Amino acid sequence: MSTSELPLLDDSFKKEEDTLNKSKIVSSKNSFSKETLLNFYNDMLLIRRFEERAGQLYGMGLIGGFCHLYIGQEAVVVGLQANVNQKDTIITTYRDHGHMLATGMDPKKVMAELTGREAGYSHGKGGSMHMFSKEKNFYGGHGIVGASVPIGTGLAFSHYYNDDGGVCLCYFGDGATNQGQVYESFNMAALWNLPIVYIIENNKYGMGTSVERASASTDLHRRGESYGIPGVAVNGMDVKEVYHAGKSAIDHARSNKGPIILEMKTYRYRGHSMSDPAKYRSKEELAKMRAENDPIDCLREEMMSSKMLDEKSFKEIDKKIKERVIEAAKFAQESKEPDPAELWTDVLLEV
Amino acid sequence: METEILMPALSPTMKEGKLAKWLVSEGEKVSAGDLIAEIETDKATMELEAVDDGILKKILITEGTDSVEVNTPIGLLSDNDSNEKEVSKISKTDKKNILKEKIPVISKKEESASKTVIRDSNNHRTEVHVKENSVDHDSVEITVREALRDAMAEEMRVNKNVFLMGEEVAEYQGAYKVSQGLLEEFGSKRVIDTPITENGFTGLGVGAAFAGLRPIVEFMTFNFAMQAIDHIINSAAKTLYMSGGQMGCPIVFRGPNGAASRVGAQHSQCYASWYSHVPGHKVVSPWSGSDAKGLLKSSIRDPNPVIFLENELLYGQKFDVPTSEDFLVPIGKAKIEREGSDITITAFSIMVGKALSAADQLSKMGISAEVINLRTLRPLDIDTIITSVQKTNHCISCEEGFPYSGIGAEISSQIMEKAFDWLDAPVKRITGKDVPMPYAANLEKLALPQIEDIINAVNVILSKS
Repeated sequence: MSTSELPLLDDSFKKEEDTLNKSKIVSSKNSFSKETLLNFYNDMLLIRRFEERAGQLYGMGLIGGFCHLYIGQEAVVVGLQANVNQKDTIITTYRDHGHMLATGMDPKKVMAELTGREAGYSHGKGGSMHMFSKEKNFYGGHGIVGASVPIGTGLAFSHYYNDDGGVCLCYFGDGATNQGQVYESFNMAALWNLPIVYIIENNKYGMGTSVERASASTDLHRRGESYGIPGVAVNGMDVKEVYHAGKSAIDHARSNKGPIILEMKTYRYRGHSMSDPAKYRSKEELAKMRAENDPIDCLREEMMSSKMLDEKSFKEIDKKIKERVIEAAKFAQESKEPDPAELWTDVLLEV
Repeated sequence: METEILMPALSPTMKEGKLAKWLVSEGEKVSAGDLIAEIETDKATMELEAVDDGILKKILITEGTDSVEVNTPIGLLSDNDSNEKEVSKISKTDKKNILKEKIPVISKKEESASKTVIRDSNNHRTEVHVKENSVDHDSVEITVREALRDAMAEEMRVNKNVFLMGEEVAEYQGAYKVSQGLLEEFGSKRVIDTPITENGFTGLGVGAAFAGLRPIVEFMTFNFAMQAIDHIINSAAKTLYMSGGQMGCPIVFRGPNGAASRVGAQHSQCYASWYSHVPGHKVVSPWSGSDAKGLLKSSIRDPNPVIFLENELLYGQKFDVPTSEDFLVPIGKAKIEREGSDITITAFSIMVGKALSAADQLSKMGISAEVINLRTLRPLDIDTIITSVQKTNHCISCEEGFPYSGIGAEISSQIMEKAFDWLDAPVKRITGKDVPMPYAANLEKLALPQIEDIINAVNVILSKS
């Protein structure tokens, strides 16, 4: 898959296009330090192993309800989050475990929320789809398709209102892009010049319906054209390309140029949720994607072939990540269930 | 031939207005469509067009006159050719009768009871005595609309995180003129005209509240909030719980609720029971000016989402309202507006006025009714209701909304659970009829609960027991 820059709307965004093209040129293999690439690798692998473990715990009946795994899409959130600063805010939909880990939330407390335990981020009252961290500026975790987009626009509004230099990174899927409130948000964000990056994680399927079967126009990065919002399509399977596109987009929003859309072309390996028989796509399609475009495998091969790191070192990294995830799973299983009194807390704040 | 130019009704609820300016003078020729006068309603200044060609023969109401009732002749238009001279049909004394005296603004420290004029749907005026807890405060007689505006302005002055957003709140000064003057004082960053996209701007407000701002989201009416109810319930009310207490949402959703006047089914519905059903937010519904000001200030200060249900027909009503910036009405406390011993009448919003009128008339029949203004619907002040029922042993609940699963159903159920043995008769619900709101004047009146319905129900209940 190759990155395709969008045909741009008008000259005002021409500059942005140039920047992105330039950044693409700069993103030659060795333009990233070893340390940066290792961070990418670590973060992506943590999400991959965490999600695999969550799937396993789900199969054991330790996680209930809905559980939407992020496996395959790791490069998107890792590449983007590498660009944020402490003031920036993050919001996403219900496929949210990867985003939590990428913002630095504790895997133990995320997993404990998945198992519905007291030690979870929401004390077991949120579950897979509803976790938050004020400390990490992570604003959820929202279960209604499309609803996180106006809320994210409101986070961007708070940056504008407080004039604090922050940017909101608002993630949502291809399925959400057909919701009316997404366009209501685009309109207000453009009208008020809000600092927000809309990140469409196009994994090709909204639940079981392909983009082609759900969307009259499938160039999702162009969905802001009516509002004068520039958009860029990015190879979301390549963490370096994601990083550069994210850097340009965040710079754009931070420098008072208003909202911008990034369409991350990505792929989820697992079903929509745990109960998805995946009849809507062929096994070959999935196998080909994994074999040719896996974000983690590709990065490892690149780093090995450029002699940055040898196989032994990678094995050590893999082992450490595995241990972290096992520790999280153990913590999540050993934590106690919330006290029955917890049922009645956090309904309203006391005045 | 002469035609009377009548004071026009320029909104569904307009009963009177100010003749601000004549744009033509006596003897001047006008054509149909020409602008002839400026009329100031409580909501806006509008221009009046001539509907016929002719000569403005006589100006009957001079410019600058306040409180000119709708359909009052304000001028006489004669045919261009006509020379008839029977112009002064309306004498000065007639004119005086047409104009209501302007009520002077009062500011009395110990004024604890004042007369308030209440109109029923037939436009009958009743004066009732209203007790306000203004003993410790200087008070001034202002409209509910002004009380709401003052509440927002005062809170915006003390907390820079408070801002107002909604359709027409800024440059238009509010669709119902509630936000009048706020744009001028606070600027366009804090008084924000939104596009007509309720779902979007409600979600935006919720996000801003998560981030620590204190938005006041105005719905032009709560009918339009149905577009946004997912954000009100799923995003605003549930997130504190879903986040284990991390993510509060200090936001006020406010606007007129319930029936206005002749605006049909899609614009006339009471949402009190809808919102009261849901945990995670508070639901407030003021009646008087003090309710409006004190409860709105408390709502803006509250760290939780508050649904603030106003009533368009009350916006123009005047009440004594404390002027102190410290004046607050606590959320969750009902107010006994009138003490009585024979029957308890619960009501909220516009129905409080009707209940008080009914109580006045009942007292002439020798029946002593206690009227409780609920003020807050969630959390409901059930203790005040139960205490009253233990005294009166009878209860009627009044609301404009539909009967099915309504506020009255909840009140009657809680009384049954908590004070069953104190009841001498079943609780009776006075509600709107179980039909979408009709447009025709007579049908609309039938669909809405009237003062007579309350009086009749009281008589039936008391005669049975």
